[in-house]
Amino acid sequence: MPETLLSVRNLQAWYDESQALFGVDLDVREGEVVTLVGRNGVGKTTTLKSIMGMIPGVKGSIALRGTPILGLSSHRIARLGIGVVPEERGIFSGLTVRENLMLPPVIAEGGWSLERIHQLFPILDERRNSIGTKLSGGEQQMLAIARILRSGARLVLMDEPTEGLAPVIVNAIRDLVLDMKRDGITVLLVEQNLRFATKVSDRHYLMVHGKIVETLSNEEVVHREGELLAHLGV
Amino acid sequence: MLESLGGQIFNGLVSGAFYAMLSLGLAIIFGLLRIVNFAHGTMYMLGAFVAYVGAQSLGLNFWVALIASPIVVAIVGIILERLLLCRLYKLDVLYNLLLTFGITLFIEDAMRLKFGMQGSPYVIPGKLEGVVNLGFMIYPTYRVFVIVASLIVCIATWLLIEKTSLGATLRAATENPGLVRAFGINVPALITGVFGFGCALAAFAGVLAAPVNNVAPLMGDDIIIPTFAVVVIGGMGSILGSIVTGFVVGVVVALGAFFYPPISGTLIYILMAFVLLVKPTGLFGSVEGSR
Ligand SMILES: Nc1ncnc2c1ncn2[C@@H]1O[C@H](COP(=O)(O)OP(=O)(O)OP(=O)(O)O)[C@@H](O)[C@H]1O
Ligand SMILES: [Mg+2]
Repeated sequence: MPETLLSVRNLQAWYDESQALFGVDLDVREGEVVTLVGRNGVGKTTTLKSIMGMIPGVKGSIALRGTPILGLSSHRIARLGIGVVPEERGIFSGLTVRENLMLPPVIAEGGWSLERIHQLFPILDERRNSIGTKLSGGEQQMLAIARILRSGARLVLMDEPTEGLAPVIVNAIRDLVLDMKRDGITVLLVEQNLRFATKVSDRHYLMVHGKIVETLSNEEVVHREGELLAHLGV
Repeated sequence: MLESLGGQIFNGLVSGAFYAMLSLGLAIIFGLLRIVNFAHGTMYMLGAFVAYVGAQSLGLNFWVALIASPIVVAIVGIILERLLLCRLYKLDVLYNLLLTFGITLFIEDAMRLKFGMQGSPYVIPGKLEGVVNLGFMIYPTYRVFVIVASLIVCIATWLLIEKTSLGATLRAATENPGLVRAFGINVPALITGVFGFGCALAAFAGVLAAPVNNVAPLMGDDIIIPTFAVVVIGGMGSILGSIVTGFVVGVVVALGAFFYPPISGTLIYILMAFVLLVKPTGLFGSVEGSR
């Protein structure tokens, strides 16, 4: 069994006085794609942001390859090889497509080359001088993922990459995540689209009110799809 | 008549050169730090004093001062940012305004104790003495130099921000510092550097001003108030906007004073009031920039 890359224990987080995470426990092994599912507002984004060091005052423990990272500032956490594809893509409106693509510094060797990215997404080359946010939603999502792949991150935290996108684009993102997996990149994915999740992931954590309540295999998700969809309210 | 009109336009460009350099620094600092640096005029004054004291005690010449003084003042700015300003970013912007205002009073009074109110002359460097024939008129060489030097520094700064990868990082950090940091960029260090750079721009302007006016502890106040008016007119949104507005306002005010001298002291504020009525975010400003 591959070794544990990311290990989160009893993670608690707050926004001012209100608690958002009530003791999250999860593990992600090297090379795995793991999803985090749960209804709106249960704390999925907060979990990713806490891992990334973007939320102050977090308690519990987070370890990357056994090394504790909780409390490090987020630029140092990133330098350990973690990349983010944020909710709503995080494309910068003050930057061109190329500038958006080149923004994250290369944090490790083995990142995707510009050639490889352009081969897969010619549009990012053709429209390199357009303002980043002028791309379509799907193109922006590709850009958001591509820039992290360029950085060489070995663990990628993805927050709802398929949200609001047409089925063909969702399929393209599925292929991309499968490509990443083949490259040995580990992914922690927040996702509401269960069909998509079962196609790319190895297992799924179900989150309810700031806690992980269940671990599900692909078969279980398929089997309980109706019940889960009703629970998620999507 | 035409000759003196031309002279007046050039005088406007000279004041515009100072407005542009100062408002540019204010705009860059505001963009990333979201604070209005009230101490900007003080950095300008310190820049002039570093040149003056350097000349008096070390025999530092003007050209060396033009490089050395911005570096010294940038270091002062960096220390202030690390020591004081950075503690207030999470609070309302008013606190930083109060703090930088306090810093201004503190430094100005300290300088007054040391150097007195009067101010001291700084001689024009030899090569820039005298006048130059521009073809259509004759104008002091040093003032032409001020306009050119300011243009070069402003354009170089604009290119740095708009065309380089460092500039792209800066623009991104202005938009979403948390995400830029999560990409592995040390945003707090970037902020410190930007504050230092803004202070260096002010100091550069201060050195340029030293031979024009006396070097005096309150010289910053005289320039920073109209500069804030320029910033309001141009809006906080744009780097290029602050440069263009600086020069344009300088010329417009000079022309106003030429045709109707009594208005010379107030025209800039009349312009400001007018712009506020018509476009409260300023000519180049966006709602985003004034957020
Ligand atoms: N910046 C914030 N300030 C205050 N409360 C917040 C903030 N961000 C999130 N919350 C609250 O924390 C809880 C968890 O939010 P979070 O964004 O992590 O949920 P989520 O599972 O990602 O939801 P979604 O599916 O809608 O993206 C919610 O109750 C939310 O209202
Ligand atoms: Mg979310």
